[in-house]
Amino acid sequence: MIKPFSIDLSVNVGGLKLRNPVMPASGTFAEGLDKVIDFNRLGAFVTKTVTRELRAGNPLPRVVERPGSLINAIGIPSKGVPHFIEKIIPQYAAYEPPLVVSISAPTAEGFASLAAELSLPGVSAIEANISCPNIEEDGKAFAMRAESAEKVTHQLRAATKLPLWVKLTPNTGDIAEVARAAEGAGADAVVVANTFLSMAIDLKTFKPCLGNIMGGLSGPAIKPIVVRQVFQCAKAVKIPIVGCGGISSAEDAIEYMLAGATAVQIGTATFLQPAAMVGIIDGLEMFCLQREITSVTDLVHGVVIEEADDQDLAWLSPPT
Amino acid sequence: MSLDRSSVTMQPAATPPASSRTPWKPSIAAEVAKVAANTAVNAEYRHLVVDCSEVAASAQPGQFFQLLCPHPAGEHPFLRRPMSLYGADPVKRQVEFLYKVTGAGTRGLDSIEVGGTLDIMGPLGQGFTLDPKWRHIVAIGRGAGLATLAPLAKAAKANGTKVTAIFSARRPELLVSVDLFKGHGADVVPVTDAEQTSGPGNVERILRGLIAEGKCDAFFTCGSSRLMRVQQRLAIEFGLPGQVAMEQQMACGIGLCYCCVRDFNVGGEIVNRRVCWDGPVFDLLEALP
Repeated sequence: MIKPFSIDLSVNVGGLKLRNPVMPASGTFAEGLDKVIDFNRLGAFVTKTVTRELRAGNPLPRVVERPGSLINAIGIPSKGVPHFIEKIIPQYAAYEPPLVVSISAPTAEGFASLAAELSLPGVSAIEANISCPNIEEDGKAFAMRAESAEKVTHQLRAATKLPLWVKLTPNTGDIAEVARAAEGAGADAVVVANTFLSMAIDLKTFKPCLGNIMGGLSGPAIKPIVVRQVFQCAKAVKIPIVGCGGISSAEDAIEYMLAGATAVQIGTATFLQPAAMVGIIDGLEMFCLQREITSVTDLVHGVVIEEADDQDLAWLSPPT
Repeated sequence: MSLDRSSVTMQPAATPPASSRTPWKPSIAAEVAKVAANTAVNAEYRHLVVDCSEVAASAQPGQFFQLLCPHPAGEHPFLRRPMSLYGADPVKRQVEFLYKVTGAGTRGLDSIEVGGTLDIMGPLGQGFTLDPKWRHIVAIGRGAGLATLAPLAKAAKANGTKVTAIFSARRPELLVSVDLFKGHGADVVPVTDAEQTSGPGNVERILRGLIAEGKCDAFFTCGSSRLMRVQQRLAIEFGLPGQVAMEQQMACGIGLCYCCVRDFNVGGEIVNRRVCWDGPVFDLLEALP
């Protein structure tokens, strides 16, 4: 006899319950996408990063494509906090998914005051984009080092009661240590990761392809590296991980979840297929149905690591 | 003199945001279309016709599509390529494009055979608007800009508006859209580099003649900064409205990424706008070259 089978796609990301684990990556989502997809299908909304200072953005060109990837240096154009509160937050009031607000600031103090000011009705969680340069540390991103990540997370934690997601940079030697520092300072979840610092040069002109010279690499090319980082972070922390990097299909999302992600963010894929997120949600459900997985949370950290005997690992040992 | 959106607009009415109260329907299609024709029209340009959905075929003059071009041998275009609408037929459910093979994306388009498929996304952006009061408009374009202006010919005829088209190209045989405009009853004035008639001085002389004859209620332009500046000057001098379709490198094409911004002069203040979302058609007097 065939039993009725229903799939529970809901997940809990650091105190925020989502109907499914799929949401946009900050900076790749805006209200216009509702002409292509039904917003009520998404797990959550994530806004473009808002800053207190008015930012015009970087000089053009702001993007350049490479095989399987995109390099961007948009420069976080921002119209400031009053515009964000009056114009952006209300745009999402009519929809069911929760609103995650991405914030950035050049100092830990700045992050905290922005989180406090934006902890408003209509905002369900704060995503702190600590991949940006810290002016108190010679422009190094907060998330490049555990100490600075801990300091900014600590101040953010004191400033808001909302679920606090901390978005880490992949441009660091030991991302698991940074994730552990964020967890210790009170983060409810970590987003792993962001774009990779990169560069492209035009062979006709010998000039950099981007107005900002350097930019952030995204797209399918980075996926295996970030899957590895999610796996490393999942072993280091107990808080949920939101995987982000090169996901363009349900299979990619499942791989991230198996590595340890509770939810996923979709960015560059939306530029190629505007309905990518909806396709990924449908694909996740289909996968669970086929594999008779009743709850998508059963996939989280489901990667099977078999105990290897010493001989298998011998090649890893330094030559003697 | 801002672009009057209250005039008869060729845009479909803005879709209300999807909410739990109203059933959601897409107003921009992302779909795999079937290629009905892909043929050379001259030494540079090719004409692509695809069978598509009702939503895609509802495209209006001045709007554009984002095409996911197939990969030509040895090349890997990653992003979609923006392409101006050349024609749309809601009855036959077709859209048309005119393209010049210049890079990896268009080399990929060139390789598609009739019966093959193409992933299209659109219609995108804000198109041209036609005021029903306008009796006679002037369309001025150069190069690929002629393709962008092409759908105006049919729309102007439907609006009861006469068109004079001043079309510029390097050589006479590279002019496109001429027969299309003539077929809809437009006067076409070709100007070319080869015949030394395409300079801004000569185009200004032609325009002053049209204005004097009462044949220029509005300017529509695309494809040349030099010709745009001539029209801006005349628009100010004679108090005439105008619209310009602008280009910029794009990534998402739907207002998400802010890669295609340009500066505009809005009442003396410089503002940043997204070409894909706020345009590609802008008020002539606000545009900066």
